[in-house]
Order: sequence, then structure tokens, then C-alpha cells
Amino acid sequence: MTDAGELRRRTQELLAAHPPAETERLDFLRARFDAGLAWVHYPQGLGGLGAPRSLQTVVDAELEAAGAPDNDPRRIGIGLGMAAPTILKYGTEEQKRRFLRPLWTGEEVWCQLFSEPGAGSDLAALGTRAVREGDGWLVNGQKVWTSSAHVARWAILIARTDPDVPKHQGITYFVCDMTDPGVEVRPLRQITGEAEFNEVFLTGVRIPDAHRLGEVGDGWRVAQTTLNNERVAIGGMRLPREGGMIGPVSRTWRERPELRTPDLHQRLLGLWVEAEVARFTGERLRQQLTVGQPGPEGAGMKLAFARLNQEISGLEVELRGEEGLLYDDWTMRRPELVDFTGRDAGYRYLRSKGNSIEGGTSEVLLNIVAERVLGLPAEPRTDKDVAWKDLAR
Amino acid sequence: MTDLLYSEEEEALRAAVRDLLTDHCAPADVITRAESGAPHDLALWKLLAEGMGLAGLLVPEERGGQGASAREAAVVLEELGRAVAPVPYLTSAVVATEALLACGDGELLGRLASGRTIGALAVGLHSAPDAAFATVRVENGSLHGELTGIADAAAADVLLVPADDGALYAVTADTVAVTPQPSLDLTRPLATVTLAGAPGRRLGDAGPAVRRALRAAAGLLASEQLGVADWALTETVRYLKERKQFNRPVGGFQALKHRLAQLWLEVVSLRAAARAAADALASGEDTDITVAVTQAYAAPVAVHATEEALQLHGGIGMTWEHPVHLYLKRAKADSIAYGTAGAHRSALAGLVDLQAP
Repeated sequence: MTDAGELRRRTQELLAAHPPAETERLDFLRARFDAGLAWVHYPQGLGGLGAPRSLQTVVDAELEAAGAPDNDPRRIGIGLGMAAPTILKYGTEEQKRRFLRPLWTGEEVWCQLFSEPGAGSDLAALGTRAVREGDGWLVNGQKVWTSSAHVARWAILIARTDPDVPKHQGITYFVCDMTDPGVEVRPLRQITGEAEFNEVFLTGVRIPDAHRLGEVGDGWRVAQTTLNNERVAIGGMRLPREGGMIGPVSRTWRERPELRTPDLHQRLLGLWVEAEVARFTGERLRQQLTVGQPGPEGAGMKLAFARLNQEISGLEVELRGEEGLLYDDWTMRRPELVDFTGRDAGYRYLRSKGNSIEGGTSEVLLNIVAERVLGLPAEPRTDKDVAWKDLAR
Repeated sequence: MTDLLYSEEEEALRAAVRDLLTDHCAPADVITRAESGAPHDLALWKLLAEGMGLAGLLVPEERGGQGASAREAAVVLEELGRAVAPVPYLTSAVVATEALLACGDGELLGRLASGRTIGALAVGLHSAPDAAFATVRVENGSLHGELTGIADAAAADVLLVPADDGALYAVTADTVAVTPQPSLDLTRPLATVTLAGAPGRRLGDAGPAVRRALRAAAGLLASEQLGVADWALTETVRYLKERKQFNRPVGGFQALKHRLAQLWLEVVSLRAAARAAADALASGEDTDITVAVTQAYAAPVAVHATEEALQLHGGIGMTWEHPVHLYLKRAKADSIAYGTAGAHRSALAGLVDLQAP
């Protein structure tokens, strides 16, 4: 069993062999992966040591203190948070060995080809087709809301391989090469003016069968691993008081007494209270996870943050009065990182509108809470036993 | 950071209190008792206070108590709220006890901790921790005046009375006139206390004692509100799985599922806030802000939960026979008790420097 002392010893060995000040960033990250200190809960040989996940903080703290470079996790969040756990669970030995190391070091960026124009909340209705051709697959279709597609080397992709069975049964999970000539990435401009996401058109894309994850027709189950990890990633951050969206508006209130009105004061205080309680709720969830009693609160955190972000940023636009009528910049850009609290109040207001849509709409999440947490009856399903090709669309 | 979980001991305490209340505090009996002229259940109080030693949780062992903390008292209050139990726990074992702890009074504190004496702070239930409060006159060494809105005064053996000389006095109940006031909350009734030359024993300065008592009350009331809200949610979910209309369980309609899911989120958030307040009171860290945040959040959630419970029960929720009205009345009264949400938000404005225009 690898304990904290052992991890500290191994980390110091890594630092001695590859002093951060004298080592290229990428060389250091590769050495860290090979030493099993990338993600200690992963297996040996795949960047880990089979140690408890909670001990990662021991390694991270030692490395941070030594000034070691990190793998810029925000830039490669989809790879780390979604692709990697799915590859680890369903990938072949060869796939794990090929993909995980450059994924973790950030040499290869990943994106996710799941949502489609006709398959949003009802993701399992997706229509992108993958047809067998020789020892591989030929893929045609359109995906949407793909962040990082324009910089990604690989994508995790779900596509329909059998239209003659009910929708959940005919899906297969693939790794798609984003450099394939049949992949076309177009920026999708959103209401903020920038294009954080893309549309991805797949036209005659060839995927070798060796890049299939899991069995043919088992893609929906494989995708659950990806999606469950997405929900773990959302709302998992520990924030100080006023650490979220409530911070900027509180600072504006303090610095700009001329903007204050009694109505805004009451609303600000109400939202400040809610933001602080949401922080307690997130902290309680984390404490439950630490002692191994995961609570169902996770489903609720995303709901709470979506509404709060929208209300708080909306209040801030109003608070700014005449300035609230202006907007910092409508220039079309393709940012690599999403920053919900970056830029001006107007941007925050518009960007936060997406918080109740992305990663599961608030309406779908309320259904999930009602059915899985409260045990209320499921929605009537008319699509369960119908072949995908016969569904209304 | 703050420990927001329940320890094993706290869970064991909860289980013991819940078992006792299941056996001795049935909703139908609470409704009957509310109109009986003796609304407090003193037999249940005896079991909780003397039998289980719960009245002395906040009192150090060397002064006759259990030497526990606000965390444990909070767990007891959650269960008492869940049962809308008509016992003077919050008023005697928390509010009066905290006032006596502030005054450093030993003798009376020990008696309250044992549960054999019930105390009540003679400050109106609506008073926020930092608000002004009414006092009685000191004339020739005895106390004169009338104080209204005193919760659980009818059950009290001793009243802690603030006077116009700035002191807090202990006054035995048989030297004053206690007149019940018809109260919105049937299970925590108010009374007028009239003093016509009553003798009092000086305990200490009233200001700090009242402030400390009401701050603890506002913080721990959130746990009672959590119990009330959790009952409302649990009972409504249970009922809507059973109740059928249009050949379906009513709980399967999405409009209602979403309302219940939303309520669940509020209750989950209230649990975290109530734990934060209890822990802050126990540790003395960041207490003023945490209590103000928690009580500003808790009151509307408990009211919303019980209002939803009534509406989603349909007609049966409007009957005197169904207990949901006891919870609605408690939740609504609690939203005024120890300061409204608005009063706590105003306090917060000063505490976190978000000043009024």
C-alpha cells in the first residue's frame, strides 16, 4: 500500500532527478507521468501507483512547493475529466498506453463529440452514423457545442451503428482523429460575441476499429462513465468567501457608493446570503466525499450555481446603471479557456445564461433529482421499445 | 474549515431523540393538546430533559450539565422541529441557558440543566439579537411592568426579566401573572407577563446576556427550521407517490416533480447552513456572519417547504385534522422569531461591509 510518506519520497526522487529549474516543462511532465505521480490513483505504468485518490494532494503540494510546472489542467479539462476515465475503464491495454500519457501531459488536446443539433437533452437520439467499412468505420454526421475542437488532436465520439434497434442500444463509442480530412471544424459564435464552441462536420471520416472503446452497440453505457465524470468535475471546486460570481458585484458595491439604491441593496444582500449558503453546501458535499459518504447533493450544486450566476450577474449589470448599457467588446474571438467570471458584468450576464443549459439543462437535472433522489415516478416513455429509425424527428 | 457533517455520536443522539418522539409525540396528540388549555407536553419534557439529560447540553459538566455544544443541541432541535414537539427546549435549554451562562449564574443554571426547572427569557420572541428590547421598571427594589410575546412563558418556572436599570433579574413564575396570548404557532404559544411588585434576584447585565442568548437562538433555530422543512418535504414526497389522480400517481407529473426537486435543493442547502451555524456557535469562529447568513436563509426555506406541503397535499392539507398546518404555523412564526430574514440581512450589511445607500 502506497502511503503519504512513500509518495513524498517518490516525489522528492523525481525532483532530484529532474530539477524543475533545469528541465524542459514537457520533459518534466513526462518524467512525472512515468514516475506514477501524474494521477496516483491510476494503475502503475499509466501515470499512477494504484494509490488512494485522496493522496494526490500530497504529491501536488510537494511539487508546487518545489516550483514544478503543472499540466495546465484547465486547458485540457475534457481530456483529464472525461476522456481519460473512460479510456481507463473501457480501453484496451494498447489504447491506454497510446493515449493516456500525451493526454495527461497536454501534448494532445481532447474534445468531445456528443451533442448534435437534433440530440441535446435527448442525447441518445443522436443521428451521426458509423458504418462498417473493411476493418474500420466510415462516419458521417454533425456535432455541436464542441469546445477545443479547433485545437484538439483527438475526440471522444458517440455514433449510431445500428438504426434498427431502440436508440440506447445502437450506439458505439469511438476515438476520432481530429486531423482526418473528413473533419471540418467551424466556430459557433454565441451571444457573448465570441466563439468558445464549435460545430464539427464529419464527412466520410475513417476510424480504425482499433479506435473503438467498448463493444459495438455498448456506446451508451460507455458514455455514462464520461458523463458521470463531467458532473463530478462541475461544482467540485473549493471557493473562499466571495470567491464566485458574488465577488465582483460586492467589490463594485463597496467601491461605487454612488450606484447604490435601497432596492439593489436588498437584492444584493439576498444573493450574498444564497451564494454563501451555496458555498457551505459545496463544502459539505466535499466533506462527505472525503469520508466516503457521497451525498446526492452533487446533482443540486449545478442547479444552484446556474441560477445564482445568472441572478448575480444580472444584478450587477443593473447596478452599473448607465455603464450597464455598454458592452466591453463584441469582437469574435476563439478563447481557449472558459472564464465565467472574466471580463465585464455584461459578458458575465450573457455567458452565465449558458450555465443552465450546458452539461444538462436545469429542467433535466430537476427530473434527475426528482426520480433518482426523491424516487418519484419517471416520465412516461414512448421511445423505449421503438427502433431509432422509427422515432419522430 | 468548519465541520459540516454529523459525527457518529450526533447521529446516535438523533436516533435516540427520534425514537422517543415517535413513541411519545404523535401528530394527532399534538393537535389535540394544542387546544387543551395546557399546550405544553410536560410529560414529554420530563423524558427529554430529565430522562435523556438534554436540557443541560450547553452547560459545562462542572455546573451540572452535559458539557456538550451547540452542535448536539442543533441535532436535538432538528428532531423536535420534525415532530413540532410542544416542549420548551429552545426557550429554556438554549435561550434562558445562554443568558444564564452569560451572567455566570451557577445555581439557576444547574437547575435548568437538570430539566427540573424551566426558564424563559422575558424578551419578545420577535426580537433580533441586536435589537432593542422592552424592560420593566425597578421601583423600591421590586419589578413593575408588562412584557408581551414571551414564548413558552406559560410553562416556565422562572422568568429572566430585563429591567430599566440595565440588569437581568430572575423572577419566579408564581410571583407574576402569566396570561396566554392566542398564538399563530399552536405548539410554541406566547404569553404576556405582568409584574406588579414582583421580587427579583439580580443576575447580571441584561444587554450582553440577551444578545448572546438571541444570537444562539437565531443560529440554532435554523436546525429546528431544517427539521420542519425536512418533514414537509419527506411527507409530501411520500404522499404524492401514493395519491392518484388521472389514473397516475400525482408525484409523476413533471410540474410537481420540479417543485419537489427544487424544494429538495433548498433543504439540502439549509442543512449545510444549519450545520455551519451550529459549528460556528460551538467554536466561536466567524459566528456573527454565519448566524446572520444562516437565519436569513433558513426562515424563507422553512416557510416555502410548509407552504408547498400544504398546496401539494391539496384539500386534505387545508383540514385541521392533517398535521401540515402545525408545521406551517411553526415555520411562519419561526420566520419572525429571533429576527426576520430581513433583520439578519441588515445585520449582515454591516458585518460584511455591504453598506446601505
